[in-house]
Formats: sequence, structure tokens, C-alpha cells
Amino acid sequence: MPKPILSKNFGKKNAHSLGVYIQDGGYEAMKKALTEMKPEQIIQEVDKSGLKGRGGAGFPVGKKWSFIPKEAPKPKYLVINADEGEPGTYKDRPIMECDPHAVVEGAIITCFAVGIHWAGIYVRGEYVKSIERLEGAINEAYAKGYLGKNILGMGFDLDMVVHRGAGAYICGEETGLLESFEGKKGQPRMKPPFPAIVGLFQGPTVINNVESIAAIPHIVKNGGEWFNGLGAPGIGGGVKLFPVSGHVKKPGIYELPMGTPLREIIYKHAGGIRGDKKLKAVIPGGASAPVLKPEEIDVPMEYANLAKIGSMMGSGAVIVMDEDTDLVKTLRVLMCFYAHESCGKCTPCREGTGWMAKIIKRIEKGEGESADLDTIVSIANGIRGRTLCPLGDAAVGPALSFVTKFRQEFEDYIKVGAG
Amino acid sequence: MTVAFSEKTKEKFKAILAKYPEKGAALLPTMWLAQKEFSVITPEVEEYVAKLLGVPLVRVHEVLTFYTMYAAKPLGKYHLQLCTNISCTLLGAEDILEHLKDKLQIGAGETTPDKKFTLSTVECLGYCGTAPVLQVNDDFHENLTTKKVDELLTKLK
Repeated sequence: MPKPILSKNFGKKNAHSLGVYIQDGGYEAMKKALTEMKPEQIIQEVDKSGLKGRGGAGFPVGKKWSFIPKEAPKPKYLVINADEGEPGTYKDRPIMECDPHAVVEGAIITCFAVGIHWAGIYVRGEYVKSIERLEGAINEAYAKGYLGKNILGMGFDLDMVVHRGAGAYICGEETGLLESFEGKKGQPRMKPPFPAIVGLFQGPTVINNVESIAAIPHIVKNGGEWFNGLGAPGIGGGVKLFPVSGHVKKPGIYELPMGTPLREIIYKHAGGIRGDKKLKAVIPGGASAPVLKPEEIDVPMEYANLAKIGSMMGSGAVIVMDEDTDLVKTLRVLMCFYAHESCGKCTPCREGTGWMAKIIKRIEKGEGESADLDTIVSIANGIRGRTLCPLGDAAVGPALSFVTKFRQEFEDYIKVGAG
Repeated sequence: MTVAFSEKTKEKFKAILAKYPEKGAALLPTMWLAQKEFSVITPEVEEYVAKLLGVPLVRVHEVLTFYTMYAAKPLGKYHLQLCTNISCTLLGAEDILEHLKDKLQIGAGETTPDKKFTLSTVECLGYCGTAPVLQVNDDFHENLTTKKVDELLTKLK
């Protein structure tokens, strides 16, 4: 297995301190970017790297940066999305706790490339240790002259702020996050205008996930082609952190080439199913990704390949369910989650998620009717594509896939109850 | 009694204001300061925060009620927050919840009469690889079992 890059400091003692980070070659990429490269060259390298947004949407990072207008009447901003809340996802937290300087260095390079002088990182409220570590790293970087005025004497200024969220899944959605950053409730905005044109404080804004930003120093240091080559042959796009949870022998975060087959992640890296039971179902990219059946797990874990089989890469969070899993209960957990987290702005999502939760609760209680399953499908189809932000579609993913792919289990449950 | 920040907190508030290009953006961090200082965001605290930042009171109230982590009501000394989302439920979070309810003799969303414990169920906390997880104030207890819960409750005085 290749040497880890993004997770190399996970569990390493004092890796979060500036001294240890620099000893290990930290901030070399920043120096290279600021003193040897032109902003356009940096964007070109990121383009070549094939790096796609690691938060879930999978949009090419270099392309996102290139949408930011060079000249704008308002200041430009970088916002780093650390509102990690997609169920099953726990990969950004160790980056912030163990490698906060990688995030700071990535932010400095990004801002230099795009011409930004103010960067904010929005961290979910529960991640207290991440916030402490990031604030510590930012203070160290200011003291060293890597943040603030005239960085490395190159005439480039940058301020960086940590913004603590307060508990709301919707703030992981980029425009909900911007609202929350501005001190409002986190209800998503109408798009267009897209944040690249009108974002934070009305200025053009780049929004990137923590894992994307933490990859930037490695890309600048070793080149875009090198990073792209770390992906599976014919797929590229670098390496990715895959957080695995559920019924596996070795849950954990695995750094693997983009395009690693799902089967290999479950059976080789995560050790297979607990108690050597059979696999029943697996969610490949966080709760919002449509569920897969055991016969579908040879799929390469990569955006287009997962989309081809009707699911999605999302955050790359793999949730494994063994043969004894009660899928009615599992879907109830997910539907209650979306109903709770729907921000209430769009009617199809606000009402639809609530209805689906009520129906699945009724089925679980043994009071379901066979028509209920068709009602769930009909509600889901009524939400899909009819909301401002992807939360509605996110609820539709598990709802439709669970009741259509495992319809018999739901039918049996309605007829005779659990087990 | 009029609500006001201590001198020390006022300094922190000033430092927060200096960080943001727009004053209103400091609302969430100011609410955090207020929660730390007053424990509960009462209507008086809401008015104080609104005045400090020059934002409408309704905006403070929206923020208080939209987010789950601000306390509009008093919480127990220890806020036990059990994740009941998918990865934790797959590994037994519901059994842990029943056990906690039994031990504390309260339901989710309630506080023990001695004001020591508040029990809440929460959505994914980002500790899915070490599920089930319980957040107690700012600390996380991972790979929970009912035995671990018993040990923890004895320790929390």
C-alpha cells in the first residue's frame, strides 16, 4: 500500500504543533506557491490533479476556483466547510485534530491562488477539540508570519477565522452555511447567483471541504499529475479518505486510491463482516447515498461509477449492514433524521420528510398497510428535484432505494411484523 | 437584575467583533459567549445580545431556536447526548438509550429532579467508527456498552 498522505498524522503525537509539522516538510508547499508559482499555475496544477470536492458534491476543485471573477467590486472569501454531519462521516475531524496546519497551509495556498484575503472555517459546534486545534494552529501561523500582513515578504495578506456552528445538519449545505456564517438561521439560498459570484457578505466565495483543502499542499508540492496518478488506473483523481462504520470487524478511516472497489474496502481493509455474517446492504457515501445490495459492491468507489449504478460517492462514508439488520428500523432512523433536519424553507422537503417519517414509524409499529410503500415512493418522487437545496434529494436517496431494493422485507414486515 | 457580560467576557466579545467584516456575523459566537456566561439564553439575554450587536431581537430568537446546541432552558450539570443515528443504532444505541432511561428514571429531553443529568438523543456526532457514542458536555465517550455507561454515571458526581 502507498504511504498515506492525508491521514499520515492521524494518531501521531504532537503532529498538530507547528514544530512537528514543519519538521515533516510542512509549509514547504506554501513557500513554493508564494515564491515560485503564479496564481494561475497553482490553479492549473489543482486542475491536473483531478481533485474533486470531498464534501459530497464532487465538483472539480480547480474549476470551482476558476469561476471566481478576477476583479470584483466586493472582497472575495474562502470558506472551508467543516460542518461534518453526513451520517457515517467522520474523516474531517481527525484532519482538524491531528493535522490542523495542513488545513491552514491549504487555505493560504488557495487564497493566494484565487486572490483572497479573508478565510473562514466553519466547524460544527460539537467538534470542540477540532476548534481548539485549529485556533492553536492559526495562532502559531500568525506568530510565524504565515498569516497576517505581507506573508513571506511577498506582499500577500491573509486573515483566518474559526467560526463555530451550533447544531444544524443543513449548515453543511453551502448556502445554508453562508447564512449561518453571517449570523442567521442556516436556511439555504436560491441559486443562482452561485456563491462563486455572490457568496459570503455578498462577495465572490470559494467553498471547499476540509479534506479538499488539506490535499492542496501535497498537490502543490508534488504536482497535479502525481496526485492524479494516485487514483486507481484509468480513474485517477488521487487518494480519498473512506470512513467505514457499521457491522464490520475493523471500522476506521482508510486512505485509498479513488476507484478502489467497495468490496475491497469492506472485506480487505475493514476486515469483513462481524461474526463472519452475510452482508445485507451497504450505503456507499454517507446516509444520503442510495443503498446498495451485496451483488453491487464490485463498483469502484468513484463519482461516475457510483452514479452509473444509481447511487453516489457523497462523502465516501461506507455504512455496512449485516444479514440481521432490521431495514425498517434503519430507514425509520434515517427518515426521522431528515425530518428533524429539514430547515422548513421548501414545502416538498418540510412536509415530505415528515410524512415519510410518520409512515415508516407506523410500519415499524406493526400498523402499516401495503399501500404505504407506494405512498413513500410517491412522496419521494414529489420531493425530488423540487427543493432549493439537496436536503430533499438526500432524503429521497435512502427512502426510494430501501423500499424498492428491499421491497419484500418491507412487505413481510407489514404482513407479519419484525423478524 | 440587568443582564450584562463580565469585564472579561466583554474583552472576548470585542476580540470576536474585530475578526469579522460585518458585525452581525458575530451573532453565533456571541451566543456561545452568552451561553457560557449565563448558562441559559433567557429572553433577557436575547435582548442583551441583540442590543450588543445592533440586530433585531427576532433574529437572535431565530438563531436560538433554529440551532440545537443553544440552551433556551436550563440543562442538568451533565448533558448526556446520545447519538441515535444510523451507525450508532446499528451497533446498539437504542439499548444504551433504554439503559440510560432506566438508570436515570427520565425520558429523552428530560432532566433529573436533582438537576444533575439531562438526557437527549442527538443526530450523527461524527464518531461513527467508534459507535455507539455519548457526548457528555464537551467530552465524547466511544464504543459504549451498558457496563461503560454504568461506570461513567458513577464517575459523574
